[in-house]
Amino acid sequence: MAQSYASSPFAHAPSNVTRVMLDVVYALVPAALAYAWLFGPGVLVNILIASIVALAGEALVLAWRGTAVRPALTDGSALVTALLLGLALPPLSPWWLVTVGALFAIVIAKQLYGGLGYNPFNPAMVGYVALLISFPLEMTTWLAPAELREGHLGLGAMLAYVFTGDLPAGLVMDALTGATPLDTMKTQLGLERTIPEIRAASPIFGQVGGTGWEVVNGLYLLGGLWLLFRRTITWHAPVGMLGALFVMAGIFHLYNPDSYPGPLFHIVSGGALLGAFFIVTDPTSGATSNKGRLIFGAGAGVLVYLIRTFGGYPDAVAFSVLLMNMAAPTIDYYTQPRVYGHARGE
Amino acid sequence: MSRQLWRFHGGLHLPDHKELSSGEPVVEAIVPRQLILPIHQHIGVPAEPVVEPGQRVLKGQVVAKADGYVSAPVHASSSGTVVAIEPRPVPHPSGLSALCVVIETDGEDRWTERQPVADYKELDPSELRNVIRDAGIVGLGGAGFPAFIKLNPGARTAIDTLVLNGSECEPYITCDDRLMRDRPDEIIAGARIMRHALHARECVIGIEDNKPEAVAALREAIARMQATEIEVVVVPTHYPTGGEKQLIKVLTGKEVPSQGLPLDVGVVCHNVGTAAAVHRAVERGEPLISRVVTLTGGVGHPRNMEVRIGTPVEELLAQAGGTLEGVERLLVGGPMMGFDLRHRDAPIVKTANCLLAITGEMAASRGPVRPCIRCGACAEACPVSLLPQQLYWYSRAKDFDKVQDYNLFDCIECGCCAYVCPSNLPLVQYFRFAKTEIWAQEREKQAAELARRRHEFRTERIEREKAERAARLAQKKAMVAKSDSAEDKKKAAIKAAMERAKAKKSATEPKNTENLTEAQQRQIAEADARRAEKKAPVDSEASGGNEE
Repeated sequence: MAQSYASSPFAHAPSNVTRVMLDVVYALVPAALAYAWLFGPGVLVNILIASIVALAGEALVLAWRGTAVRPALTDGSALVTALLLGLALPPLSPWWLVTVGALFAIVIAKQLYGGLGYNPFNPAMVGYVALLISFPLEMTTWLAPAELREGHLGLGAMLAYVFTGDLPAGLVMDALTGATPLDTMKTQLGLERTIPEIRAASPIFGQVGGTGWEVVNGLYLLGGLWLLFRRTITWHAPVGMLGALFVMAGIFHLYNPDSYPGPLFHIVSGGALLGAFFIVTDPTSGATSNKGRLIFGAGAGVLVYLIRTFGGYPDAVAFSVLLMNMAAPTIDYYTQPRVYGHARGE
Repeated sequence: MSRQLWRFHGGLHLPDHKELSSGEPVVEAIVPRQLILPIHQHIGVPAEPVVEPGQRVLKGQVVAKADGYVSAPVHASSSGTVVAIEPRPVPHPSGLSALCVVIETDGEDRWTERQPVADYKELDPSELRNVIRDAGIVGLGGAGFPAFIKLNPGARTAIDTLVLNGSECEPYITCDDRLMRDRPDEIIAGARIMRHALHARECVIGIEDNKPEAVAALREAIARMQATEIEVVVVPTHYPTGGEKQLIKVLTGKEVPSQGLPLDVGVVCHNVGTAAAVHRAVERGEPLISRVVTLTGGVGHPRNMEVRIGTPVEELLAQAGGTLEGVERLLVGGPMMGFDLRHRDAPIVKTANCLLAITGEMAASRGPVRPCIRCGACAEACPVSLLPQQLYWYSRAKDFDKVQDYNLFDCIECGCCAYVCPSNLPLVQYFRFAKTEIWAQEREKQAAELARRRHEFRTERIEREKAERAARLAQKKAMVAKSDSAEDKKKAAIKAAMERAKAKKSATEPKNTENLTEAQQRQIAEADARRAEKKAPVDSEASGGNEE
């Protein structure tokens, strides 16, 4: 007989934090691979650097705090943060940019608040926003899809650029980079062009979203559906966010289809799908009840649309999520369920 | 036969492992050499032993009588000799010992005189309840609340539905399943008696759909016994449907109010095993001396046995092939709500429905404890719609006001939250801790209140006694004073003379006391009195004697 006397229940579901985190990692793998295929391997370098820095940073802080390092490192939560940050950053970022972002995410946004489960803000998004505000040039230098680039950039050349900032002879940065579809759309609309004109003028627009980006975002969607199937996430936050974005974009598009892109463009562009399935679904910094998640997601969706359309940034998933993170405790407070045997509101 | 069913929030679909023990009919277990009968096997006041060591007892004889209303008597489960009345290990989460009547059985298994009721319908419900109370019947589903109390709704409460709980939602346990399959007649007969006692409009037996044989057996018995007033309703297999509040919701759509009773919504709920025990008590005159127990998990021969109350667990396990190698712990009850049995020489009691041997393999699914990641899986699973996560934070912070704001006391400790928690937090343990702390605080508060009231009463009493003493003394003195009034007159004359002299003296002294307020004049008068006292200490002493 065991010497330790525990109390009931003595059975447990085969779920644990590591499984939840690893599910998220697996769900992101196809999109990350497609991203690397379509835009070059830079994104994988991002992810690798971010992962190493995140794990090292987490280990360092945990050791400082005098807590057990191994269980925290192996739970996969730092890996998820690194992966999300790596995917969110421009795919050809200098090493120091990734390092600063990952450290900020893990050390400041996660560990300083108490580590796993205690962070009020999504760490990856805090890291991203910190970089976006501090290094706007680097954060807006996006690689164009490989098929649209004028010069070829192999893995070796990319690594060289990431760590030294030097490009191979004869290549200039401008030849490799291009504005993202959201950015292009925003700038051109600002020049009073109509959407059909803009789309016709630029090869970066694909069927619905941007060339290349459509595929990556489609795989985010597939990964998200797999998480739903695994019951790692619930449908409420993604549906809330995408639904709100769809409705907002739909209303404005119907009002004036020439100057407001349609709902589908908004959904498959930028970080909307990554955000809907992998970021607003973060349990720690989001709302906890299903009703709360629906509201949380919808709030993020509305904010994404408003900032994209009327704000100063072409995309806004990170800002929207952080703003909603602040609202999460209030949402939780007002979405408490009615307890069995109690009258409503009791 | 389609009845509208309702749903309760949350709950779980658990692997039920019932096939392990449900295959064979119930077999009678061997009467042990020694019976250990705890006097407290129910909710309420412990029974009071009425036998002496050395006394011979017969099967069914009362060995401990009920003490008060919420109590239940204990009967000898077989004939023999009382050898001791002493504390023995009992099956209780605390692992502590409690007072037991120990009987050395004689192997004859001879009954005491039984008085079956020929026709229960002839009996008044109150007489029927007395029979059930005297038979020591308590809720056999696990809680062990004296059954007769739940058959005594009071004259003003109309009972709409008598619910018989045959859902047996906990994994591994099959004692109710086997009872329903093997002895459906007893359950139906018991249900009829209960319905009569309650004047219930309808009687519904709720059974989870993973027990089709039990459903068929009961329906067949109903048809055969023409008990069409009783309806068997199949409910979805969904833990914890067997919880009283949950089953009532599923079957009737009604919710038992928080801190209330099923009676408040016109429902009474009993376990099917309790119904069978009621039948035996009323129509056969047999008190509760045995019950069906599931022996399962890591045992050699998982099965169900009809076990005499008081049979030591070790002896019973031997009849199920003993526990296998690798068994880490032995539970009384199921894996979700059972508790760890620490002493295998403890006896089977009225509420022990299952002995579950847990092997290392079964326990391995539990990983290391991690911080709460606020995933909300616990709230999703909670059948009471509580927020276990909030309760956890506040329990941990020992914020016992907040934890009650979040309705801690509505928690039924079903274990759903802890079962799904990916961080492996022992949530139910935290909630039990908080409840126990709050109860302890309440008790302390009550004790403090009692102490305060006692103190106040004591002070009051002392004051009163002082006053009474003073009054008595004054009375005595008055009597004494009357008797020597002559001496008194003389003293009064002296006093008067002295006062006159004093007045004369003070009159000559200049005094600027006109046009003063009453208070000021009083102050001056007091000051004068003090002065006078100082001046003539001998006077005051001389006159002081008679002043009281």
